[in-house]
Amino acid sequence: MSDTRDMSAETRTRSAIPDRLGTPVSRLLGSWEVLLFGVAIAIFIANSFASPYFLNAWNLSDATFNFTEKAMIAFAMAMLIIVGEIDLSVAAIIALASTAMGAAAQMGIGAPGLVAVGISVGLVCGAINGTLVSVLKLPSIVVTIGTMSLFRGISYITLGDQAYGKYPADFAYFGQGYVFWVFSFEFVLFIVLAIIFGIVLHATNFGRQVFVIGNNEFAARFSGIPVERIKFKLFLLTGLMSGIAAVCLTSRLGSTRPSIAQGWELEIVTMVVLGGVSILGGAGTIAGVVIAAFVMGLVTFGLGLLNVPGIVMSIFVGLLLIITIALPIVVRRIRFMSTK
Amino acid sequence: MKKLMKHRELLLVGIIAIMVAGFATRAPGFATPGNLANIFNDTSILIILALGQMTVILTKSIDLSVAANLAFTGMAVAMMDAAYPGMPLALLVILAIGIGAALGAINGMLVWWLRIPPIVVTLGTLTIYRGMAFVLSGGAWVNSHQMTPGFLNFPRLAVLGMPLLSWMAIAIVLMMWVVLTRTQFGRATYASGGNPTAAVYAGIDIGRTRFFAFTLSGALAGLAGYLWVSRYAVAYVDVAAGFELDTVAACVIGGISIAGGIGTVAGAVLGALFLGVIKNALPVIGISSFAQMAISGIVIVAAVVFNARAERKAGRIILRDRGAKEVSA
Repeated sequence: MSDTRDMSAETRTRSAIPDRLGTPVSRLLGSWEVLLFGVAIAIFIANSFASPYFLNAWNLSDATFNFTEKAMIAFAMAMLIIVGEIDLSVAAIIALASTAMGAAAQMGIGAPGLVAVGISVGLVCGAINGTLVSVLKLPSIVVTIGTMSLFRGISYITLGDQAYGKYPADFAYFGQGYVFWVFSFEFVLFIVLAIIFGIVLHATNFGRQVFVIGNNEFAARFSGIPVERIKFKLFLLTGLMSGIAAVCLTSRLGSTRPSIAQGWELEIVTMVVLGGVSILGGAGTIAGVVIAAFVMGLVTFGLGLLNVPGIVMSIFVGLLLIITIALPIVVRRIRFMSTK
Repeated sequence: MKKLMKHRELLLVGIIAIMVAGFATRAPGFATPGNLANIFNDTSILIILALGQMTVILTKSIDLSVAANLAFTGMAVAMMDAAYPGMPLALLVILAIGIGAALGAINGMLVWWLRIPPIVVTLGTLTIYRGMAFVLSGGAWVNSHQMTPGFLNFPRLAVLGMPLLSWMAIAIVLMMWVVLTRTQFGRATYASGGNPTAAVYAGIDIGRTRFFAFTLSGALAGLAGYLWVSRYAVAYVDVAAGFELDTVAACVIGGISIAGGIGTVAGAVLGALFLGVIKNALPVIGISSFAQMAISGIVIVAAVVFNARAERKAGRIILRDRGAKEVSA
């Protein structure tokens, strides 16, 4: 709940003051999205030099699968972090939803039914998190560590060391189908969701209220904003997106193991924070998250083309996270010192 | 507040005792002293890590990189032992603590100097440290036959009927109790988590306190790295994957407030033992070990609900005056 925010109340006041004193030019150049976009282009160029196979429409289309599923959840996670909460159970929700779909497929349920199963499991899990956080008023970081282990635990109880692998043929469309030329269903869904989330967060009353709560929950309550209800809705939304991501991922892999999407929660949070959403809540944009998704997808795909093993890539992702956050702080501090 | 805490820990002791008694009815021999000592030994590493995690949590931070630190340090000392069998064990243990402390200090620096939120820092270093373990080893395993017998046997040496591993856990519990309740650093730890504003007015450098807390947590993770690798006689990249959450869980179960400033050494130890008893009991009473994850999930959520109740009550009547006194003292 508010712990993560008081945690660095002193950090925020310190870093926020010089920010406002900057000149308009430095403010524009310092805009997170512009900076990140530059990084994305640099990585894109570096990739095309590093590997001759990179600049190929189908190859780039393949590269999008690296991040589309994670990014769908990252949109909802961004709103949740802006409001001042976090959900670490998203990957576990994928595992549970995927397991449920596997079990349903075993019973002979068709593709539309499977999608319904996956999405409802996501919604139920989101509702559980939302209830614990907004009704019982518990800190979301611990609650979702608990539910993460609970949800994935249920998958393990169901599956053990087995796997579900028999999915109907038409179910494959969600993860393997193409809408138009090289544009996969997942990529189109990603773009559509990005637009919807962008509108909801930046152009509706609801989105405004999310920012208000994230900046000052106390003031939000006094302004008559239904804080708990909004938080509940956001957890529900995160559950829903996890369910949708589970449909895509399960359909793409064509099988379910309890260890599916292991560790994704950290990658998704990294994506959100890299996208310029303040981990302390109250600030961030969907555009930033979209660019961050591309950056992470390009980095991992580029390194993949260079035969860099996945775990070494994770070093780059970790460094990317720390450096992108540390750099503006270091720059600001140097500037602050030199003006003194 | 103290009364409440005492009450809380007694409650936890009671719950653990009831659990042990319950399991004993299903599996005779579960409650024998020998088996209980085994469970303690089995939980030793978790206890050590939970105490480090607790120190960090007390300062209103969180260290998600402990398990990755453990994996890297464990791999590093195992490879050194395999490459230079002549190296004295004491040196290796000191190196393990040193490497762990250095990795912890990196977290601490980022939190102290750059004021990046701890959860972001350790989320990043979690992947970096584990990645480094892979780079270091090239993905290869260090197996038991490559390690020297001295390196492997040390935690198993029986002293006064208990393995050295258990004794080390006991020593660290005592050390942490002294550090947290009898030193200036300990007081600063509670103060900077309990009421950061008041702590600053009282002349406590919160950043520096957090830095030392992270370094301490790292040093304990480093030691645990050696203990883990020698106990299980194998080092590989995915050692202790996800264990950071167990350490957080042990703290939460033990009544350490995730908001900082509240918690005792006894609580963290009992929280770890609670998880240890469950983990050891499941196979004995014939529940698949696959169920363990779901059970600990339920336990964590239940513990959080319980903590929130206790803290809320305390926060209204007692804690405010008490907290002010503690800071000014």
